[in-house]
Amino acid sequence: MKITTQSLCGTMVKEIAAISGENVAKCYQCGKCTAACPVNMAMDILPHQVLRFLQLGLVEAVLNCNTIWICASCFTCAGRCPRGVDLPGVMEALRAILLRKRGFSRFKAGDMPRVLNKGMPEQGIVSGFRKYTK
Amino acid sequence: MRFSYYPGCTLKTTAAVLENSALKAARALGIELLEQEEWQCCGAVFPLTVDEIAPFLSSVRSLAAAKDTGEKLVTLCAACHHVLKRANHVMKTDKDVCNKANNYLQLPDQYRGGTEVIHYLELLRDELGFSALAQKVKKPLTGQKIAAFYGCLLLRPPAVMQFDNAENPSIMEDFLRTLGATAVDYPYRTECCGVYLSVQNEEIVAGMVEKIINSALRHGAEAIVDACPLCHYNLLELQQKTTHGKLTLPVYYFTELLEEALGLEDRAEEKMAI
Amino acid sequence: MRRIGVFICWCGTNIANTVNIEGVTEAAGKMPSVIYADNYKYMCSEIGQSMIKEAIIKEKLDRVVVAACSPRMHELTFFKTAAAAGLNPYLVEIANIREHCSWVHKDKQEATGKAIALIRTAVAKAARNKELWATQIPVECRALVIGGGIGGIQAALDIADAGFEVDLVERTPSIGGRMAQLDKTFPTLDCSACILTPKMVEVASHHNITLYTFSEVEKVDGFVGNFEATIRKKARSIDLEKCTGCGICWEKCPSRVKSEFDEALVMRKAVYVPFPQAVPNVPVIDRASCRRFTREKCGICRKACPAGAVNYDQEDEVLQKKYGAIVVATGFDILDLDDFGEFSYGKHPDVLTSLEFERLVNSSGPTGGRLLRPSDQSPPKNVVFIQCVGSRDKSRGKPYCSKICCMYSAKHAILLREKYPEAQAYVFYIDIRTAGKDFEEFHRRAVEEYGALYLKGSVGKVFPDGDKLLVKGVDSLSGHAVEIEADMVVLAAAIKAKSDAPQLARLLGISTDTHSFFTEAHPKLRPVEAHTAGIFLAGACQGPKDIPETVSQASGAAAKAIILLSKDNLLSNPCVSEVNESLCTGCLSCIKVCPYGAVAEKTIEEKIHGKALKRRVAEVNEALCQGCGSCTVSCRPGAVNLKGFTNEQIMAEVDAICL
Ligand SMILES: Cc1cc2nc3c(=O)[nH]c(=O)nc-3n(C[C@H](O)[C@H](O)[C@H](O)COP(=O)(O)OP(=O)(O)OC[C@H]3O[C@@H](n4cnc5c(N)ncnc54)[C@H](O)[C@@H]3O)c2cc1C
Ligand code: SF4
Ligand code: SF4
Repeated sequence: MKITTQSLCGTMVKEIAAISGENVAKCYQCGKCTAACPVNMAMDILPHQVLRFLQLGLVEAVLNCNTIWICASCFTCAGRCPRGVDLPGVMEALRAILLRKRGFSRFKAGDMPRVLNKGMPEQGIVSGFRKYTK
Repeated sequence: MRFSYYPGCTLKTTAAVLENSALKAARALGIELLEQEEWQCCGAVFPLTVDEIAPFLSSVRSLAAAKDTGEKLVTLCAACHHVLKRANHVMKTDKDVCNKANNYLQLPDQYRGGTEVIHYLELLRDELGFSALAQKVKKPLTGQKIAAFYGCLLLRPPAVMQFDNAENPSIMEDFLRTLGATAVDYPYRTECCGVYLSVQNEEIVAGMVEKIINSALRHGAEAIVDACPLCHYNLLELQQKTTHGKLTLPVYYFTELLEEALGLEDRAEEKMAI
Repeated sequence: MRRIGVFICWCGTNIANTVNIEGVTEAAGKMPSVIYADNYKYMCSEIGQSMIKEAIIKEKLDRVVVAACSPRMHELTFFKTAAAAGLNPYLVEIANIREHCSWVHKDKQEATGKAIALIRTAVAKAARNKELWATQIPVECRALVIGGGIGGIQAALDIADAGFEVDLVERTPSIGGRMAQLDKTFPTLDCSACILTPKMVEVASHHNITLYTFSEVEKVDGFVGNFEATIRKKARSIDLEKCTGCGICWEKCPSRVKSEFDEALVMRKAVYVPFPQAVPNVPVIDRASCRRFTREKCGICRKACPAGAVNYDQEDEVLQKKYGAIVVATGFDILDLDDFGEFSYGKHPDVLTSLEFERLVNSSGPTGGRLLRPSDQSPPKNVVFIQCVGSRDKSRGKPYCSKICCMYSAKHAILLREKYPEAQAYVFYIDIRTAGKDFEEFHRRAVEEYGALYLKGSVGKVFPDGDKLLVKGVDSLSGHAVEIEADMVVLAAAIKAKSDAPQLARLLGISTDTHSFFTEAHPKLRPVEAHTAGIFLAGACQGPKDIPETVSQASGAAAKAIILLSKDNLLSNPCVSEVNESLCTGCLSCIKVCPYGAVAEKTIEEKIHGKALKRRVAEVNEALCQGCGSCTVSCRPGAVNLKGFTNEQIMAEVDAICL
């Protein structure tokens, strides 16, 4: 893998910083976030690795992982991170890039009857729309 | 005691039990909760992107309206509380966003985060006081072993929510003890229930819920209480997914217990989510 | 019949776990002349010491044996205890049943047997101990500081400020050491020269300090309080008094050689001042490269010098000086990288050591601080820093951590970005060790504010690729092998001891560790003292150190020296040799073996059968004798005896142990 100034400071890297308001360089890879994450078992890249990949400019790798969709925005990691990294914010920025720009939608109107039938509260449905669609 | 009150969408529909019991209890406790006139959905999740302001404008409207009446703004749904409290924090600390929001909303008075957002539990603890509440208890829940489930939204991120000690909270246990119940301590009480993942990845949430329920059971719980409609749904609905339809641990809103202890209504038979 | 008391220490569980204390006490009680034996958990404690004192008085003990830890640890403690009870301290013997027994044995029965044997030996010796009295020796109230880096400078200033005269001996033409080579210093990034130069000037102008630059210590005799040193002032070929430092000589000099101070990145002249702020600001002629000396031609500088200060005939001066205390502050070198061929160091001009990088960013350095690639004088965009080159490397380098590289690499990453805001620093590291005050914060600033990309892992190979250097390494955190096209590669070469440190150690009679750093007397409790009394250590000569640590140790060493110099007299060690003249045959083999020159010959007059006869015998100068005992073993008739360790005592010990 080649690392260059372009790959480190590319437009995507800058965009992620702008959307999340977070400087991924703050992370020193202690792994606290991953250790604390309640859904780490379902992720293909672990939370701290998401940050490492971003530090190395490997944006596509993190945009293609399932981790950003598995993250529950539970803020367990953010509350315990010794460097004060807003990792849920970074996850959101990654989702936002896919939703806004690449027309991603993981929760469509057609899915509604399924969840409604189960008695899913509005809070869940609205959250789903907010997190999974544009 | 008078407060502005923000209900939120879910309380008007699937979580009506939460609202009804809370309002009834408040009346019995002499607390006046004035529902805001024109509230809008808070958006259910706090927008974590910092480059757009639209998603929390509705929250700012409610916050500003509460300030106009000079009252603290009481919330009940954990999600609404989370969103309003964090939106308010942004208005207080981020000048740039604050200016943009004010410009956009064209409010009669500039809003700069002056409203204090408190959750119903904080209302009981800090405004009424648990000792005053204890005196109003008519049917103490003596002998009942109840596990409190906090979930994420009330506690985290700790620096903004300032609800309780995020890693070792006690407000719900203190509340349960005030009602005469025995509070069950168990390690999973502050874990995430899986929240909106149940929209897409039920199996993940089922696993998370199973851990929570089993932990509470192992520590002797006979029932579990929560303060969030989505936690409630996950704990009830997905509990049954792993237990093949059997409900091993009943789930209540904390206000249902309050209602019962105040002698207002017997707790309803255990109901399924649907 | 003697009245010997034996006191056995448990040392908590240190001894008691491996040695049957009760059994040993019982056995000791039955040894010849022993009239009292007891044990206690901590003999060195207040209570333990009172036990000994009380027994000395009540039981009228005339000899004491303490079976405990090494005499290095507590001999003095128990000497004082005995003295407090009115017993001459030299009547106390220590049996070391900890280091020599419980710590090195596992089997309790065997260890108990050995402890008994060791005590029996000590009892046999104690029975023959005699009262000894220490005498007073005057202290020479002057200090010698060897090495004029920041460590030596600080020590010299502190001792001088306390009112004692100091001679500071520096090998190179100027004081300043490595710190003078540095640009800015972590963790505050203040300019090295700005904080060092005032101290250098203070040394030069201090009324209590005499500076000997371009000088070396050749020999040290004597002992604590009374050292005698031989100092060679190498011929500078320039008259220090006449020179005005105008610089005409080195402007005119036609001879060019690589500058040591600039890490051979540029050339200097044969007559030179190593750097502009040098103290003294007087050049020297490097005779090895001067045409006047190598080819007997030239002589331009003498003609050019308007002050007439150039003197080709100047000779080395050798001085003899006396000192009460010595501070050693000779600093460090960096590892030679010949064994690390994979980095292309020495093969490609843009692969540098960190010290070379310091010179390149330094405004008084070869590029005036512009930081340009040596190959084409262009500003570098991508700079790869590699930490732990030879540090923590058991195979090709040094097994220890060089301690300062994490910090100076972070500093270099910051300096790079300050010079060129567009440049990118990459730092390969194994661990980040930033334990000093404000150090971690400094390192995080390099990462978070200056955007240095830290990669946990090593570099496998660096090689030229077009006009770039291809760096092949690994980021073990992400699990990716990485390749970086670098404009410059900077190697944090391990810190190592000066290559001549062992020689200096031998000259001073102090010890070095396996890596040739000078050894402190105790790693925790006596970190600034050498094993030899009166010699103190400061700075990187004792182990890798940064400036704050060097300065602290230097002030510590100075304080120790000041304590020593403040005494009018020292108590001598009474365990010195004495000659029994009636047995001495006058062969004088003792004179040859004495390393301290403490034995001399003298003539005595004897009356034999009424006739007066003159005879040659040996005589020991008690002030010089260090009690090493070499003479006693060389003496065939057994005329020389070391007090406190007489032949009779030692034979009694041997008998007791062989019993
Ligand atoms: C690349 C690099 C960057 C650094 N950056 C920093 C920094 O930013 N901040 C920081 O705190 N530290 C830094 N350091 C460490 C700093 O250089 C040392 O801590 C400091 O120089 C140690 O001082 P010293 O007096 O012990 O030794 P030295 O500086 O080595 O001085 C020893 C002196 O003794 C002389 N000498 C040696 N042998 C003899 C002899 N036999 N007789 C007479 N004289 C002799 C030498 O010529 C020299 O002048 C850095 C080191 C390196 C290699
Ligand atoms: S807890 Fe914080 S610092 Fe540690 S790995 Fe996660 S984000 Fe990085
Ligand atoms: S916010 Fe996301 S990444 Fe962080 S702990 Fe929760 S689920 Fe894991």
